[in-house]
Amino acid sequence: MSDPAPKLVKLTKKDLESDQDVRWCPGCGDYAILATVQRSLAQIGVKRENTVFVSGIGCSSRFPYYMNTYGFHSIHGRAPAVATGLKVARPELDIWVITGDGDGLSIGGNHLLHALRRNVELKIILFNNQIYGLTKGQYSPTSKLGTRSGSTPAGSIDHPVNPLQFALGAGATFLARCTDTDAKGLGVILERAYRHKGSALIEILQNCPVFNDAIWDQVKDDPTNKQLPLVDGKPLTFAGGTMGVRLGSDLVPEIVKVGDDGVLPDQLLQHKERGSKAYAYLLAGMTHPDFPVPVGVLHTEDKPTYESMAHQQIADARAKQGEGQLDKLLLSGMTWEVNADGTRH
Amino acid sequence: MSKTQELDRVVIRFAGDSGDGMQLTGTEFTKAAAEAGNDISTFPDFPAEIRAPAGSLFGVSGFQLHFSSGEIHTPGDAPDVLVVMNPAALKTNLKDLVDGGVLIANSGAFVEANLKKAGYTANPLEDGSLSKYQVHSVDVSHLTVTALDGTALSTKEKGRSKNFFALGLVFWMYGREPEAEIRRIHQQFTKRPELGEANVKVFKAGYHYGETAEVFQTVYKVPPAKFAPGVYRNITGNEALAMGLVAGAHLAGKSVFYSGYPITPASSILHSLAKFKNYGVMTLQAEDEIAAMGAALGAAYGGAVAVTASSGPGIALKQEGIGLGVMTELPVVIINVQRGGPSTGLPTKTEQSDLSQAIYGRNGEAPVPVIAAKSPGDSFYAAVEAVKIATTYMVPVFLLSDGYIANGSEPWPLPDLTKLKRFDVEHRTEPEGYYVYERNPDTLARSWVVPGTPGLEHRIGGIEKDFLTGNISYEPANHERQVKIRAEKVERVARSIGEMEMRGETSGDVLLIGWGGTFGSLRQATEELRGQGKKVTHAHLRWLSPLEPGLEKIIGNFRHVVCAELNSGQLRAILRARFLIDIKGLNKVQGLPFKVREVIAAVEPLCESKPAATSASTSASTVEAQA
Repeated sequence: MSDPAPKLVKLTKKDLESDQDVRWCPGCGDYAILATVQRSLAQIGVKRENTVFVSGIGCSSRFPYYMNTYGFHSIHGRAPAVATGLKVARPELDIWVITGDGDGLSIGGNHLLHALRRNVELKIILFNNQIYGLTKGQYSPTSKLGTRSGSTPAGSIDHPVNPLQFALGAGATFLARCTDTDAKGLGVILERAYRHKGSALIEILQNCPVFNDAIWDQVKDDPTNKQLPLVDGKPLTFAGGTMGVRLGSDLVPEIVKVGDDGVLPDQLLQHKERGSKAYAYLLAGMTHPDFPVPVGVLHTEDKPTYESMAHQQIADARAKQGEGQLDKLLLSGMTWEVNADGTRH
Repeated sequence: MSKTQELDRVVIRFAGDSGDGMQLTGTEFTKAAAEAGNDISTFPDFPAEIRAPAGSLFGVSGFQLHFSSGEIHTPGDAPDVLVVMNPAALKTNLKDLVDGGVLIANSGAFVEANLKKAGYTANPLEDGSLSKYQVHSVDVSHLTVTALDGTALSTKEKGRSKNFFALGLVFWMYGREPEAEIRRIHQQFTKRPELGEANVKVFKAGYHYGETAEVFQTVYKVPPAKFAPGVYRNITGNEALAMGLVAGAHLAGKSVFYSGYPITPASSILHSLAKFKNYGVMTLQAEDEIAAMGAALGAAYGGAVAVTASSGPGIALKQEGIGLGVMTELPVVIINVQRGGPSTGLPTKTEQSDLSQAIYGRNGEAPVPVIAAKSPGDSFYAAVEAVKIATTYMVPVFLLSDGYIANGSEPWPLPDLTKLKRFDVEHRTEPEGYYVYERNPDTLARSWVVPGTPGLEHRIGGIEKDFLTGNISYEPANHERQVKIRAEKVERVARSIGEMEMRGETSGDVLLIGWGGTFGSLRQATEELRGQGKKVTHAHLRWLSPLEPGLEKIIGNFRHVVCAELNSGQLRAILRARFLIDIKGLNKVQGLPFKVREVIAAVEPLCESKPAATSASTSASTVEAQA
């Protein structure tokens, strides 16, 4: 994305708020995310006119209406496709995609896969609340096995998808996770994602107070013991540094005590944002309740973006063939001329 | 020594296995006819299977070429000359050959195994069953291999050149100059010069065989047609569409953004556009049809001339996105190169059965303008017009083509670029007084404001919007108002429509109404009937939604109105509902275009006859198309 130019007037959170009433349910985790995004974008110093929020369908997808930027509330699951078209046509724009676990991983799973694979420079924020909220509480593709919902009174029998492992498999070049109410942590991730030259996927553990309340409480209520903050170059530790994660047999991570009666920090897994994909996959697979949930930037790497290569091909073609002229286009291929007397040549 | 006979027109069909190279043979012979100055019209007809099992009936691929010294509109009803490379090709094509027609058969392929696959118990080349035709048995397979004696090619590779033998033979039959073809073969095989050399050898062998074998008593000559002065090229419908899109965007002062997903018979539009990068054309091969539509909408929001193309099944997938385009009032051109349906249907065959899909195929009331190209060359102008209407009225526009004109080719006079009027797009940049859904009073278009414009930040989306502010609105009266405005906007497109394409008087016995790719057959039939003094008028609709204003003025002036379509009566139902006239249908749903004689047979009995005394039932008022 474009580097922030010096601003004459510094934006405030208020400048990013649209004049529309926010219509999420009281207590919805989306409120906190919206406030953090507005505050962070102001702090980053984005240009409102160059910022576009694109969304699909679902509670989270109402997000663009509340941002005083450009916005496109599209159709269910298709936001990555719409955003891809916009980014390819207008690479200078900063494009954020807002999606949810149903929108992004069920009906729109294909588009998410390909947007990440192509490394289109889209900043994709996936609100994961493990439920369909707008349609009143059906289990979603991230719901745990056995989730009882309106559509699964006897418990869901689908194995859930892990959003970050999915994204990693798709070739995502920036992966991060955060909780909805962690304004500070999310702010850091948003700025990191903004600076990343490529597609970014941010999973936000978001609470739906109406249909799936407190699904992340065990992660959020005790961050010290239930979250694993990722710091590049540092060992994986939690619980105030008293506990850690090391690689056990069969490449399975295991929780160990750290210190005199446990293992030394250098025996623990060391976090590398630009580490191997195998490590990132292992990290993304550490889920509650077996592990503290890793939060922060899990993985990042550099790859050329789709839109930069697309425009390079156009520039190359123009350099080689010259700027296209309509008359030359029409004359391409075999042509002949008929003269007024009917003769041809 | 052979004698030379002059002919006005010839219809020739090449048929063989889908791996026999019949499309190439046909295309090359077409170039020769064009070079010789004939008017031409082609009809490639091939199976969906890329390489069907050799010798099978369903694997037969054909290419028909009509070349003439006078103006022609169709690839011809029935071949005068049929070239078959195996028994299956004979079996599936013989019924079309005119009585007394010339049949050239590759006798080398008429062996027991192939005969059996084609369902022959005896060899038709030997059992006398072909006596009403002029049969020339030529062992093309053997002569091809013989011609390549001493080359390093494998037997299999040698066999692959046999289509060039057939090509050489017909070059000789029609007195075509071989030199240009020899140059073209070399050019086509620059990467495998040894194959180019082999194909040239075989081509020459075929040509000289005609000259020396004395099996053909006559060489035919079809003199050049009289064309209006100008520069010409051969063009297929899909090539013309691609060029038209580039031209349309140019006239709008913009670049094309095209997203598509591979599908027959639309894929070649993407192939053409992908080569036009120096015109600023952006192409995206999307992950699916829905994404192609979504990406087009995103690009349109960003200010590009956004286009997506597909065929029926792919269009079905795009419809939700098209509805979003209607709601957000963004300019997008959606091209449907129609093929036989429903479902996967007949992927390589032509049909006009997606008209209802284009007009009605979305949830809610979501009208869009629908335009149809009438011929390969006309596809260029249809594309320009679709871009113009989309950007002028801020609306998704459906452009209908079909497999017949998409793959078919004709000589095309290049457009006079100075006569194409510009319609430069202006994006609003003035923030003062901006409302997202404020409209141009004439076109009802809202302003096309693109991201990146300071002070005009706004949000659009699929939820119903306030008629002025564009904010979400569930207000009942506002919704009805918006529904009506969206419909009215499509009706207003009529203000930008030119004169209706019409041949004949504004009253008479029969008004023959058609649309799209049936133009050639209907016009040819009309000309022939009018030549016999029949009072027939042909009106060919370019716009299906809104309907052409010119139609209303004349439709009541005829004793009979016939609507001819390659479907079961989709336009006819619309016209009957609109005009309350008992319009008869001429319908054919066989995956094939109309033959001229089918149209004549249906229309002729209605000329100078009394109108039906009572309103006939649907079936009774349907004029059957005879295959």
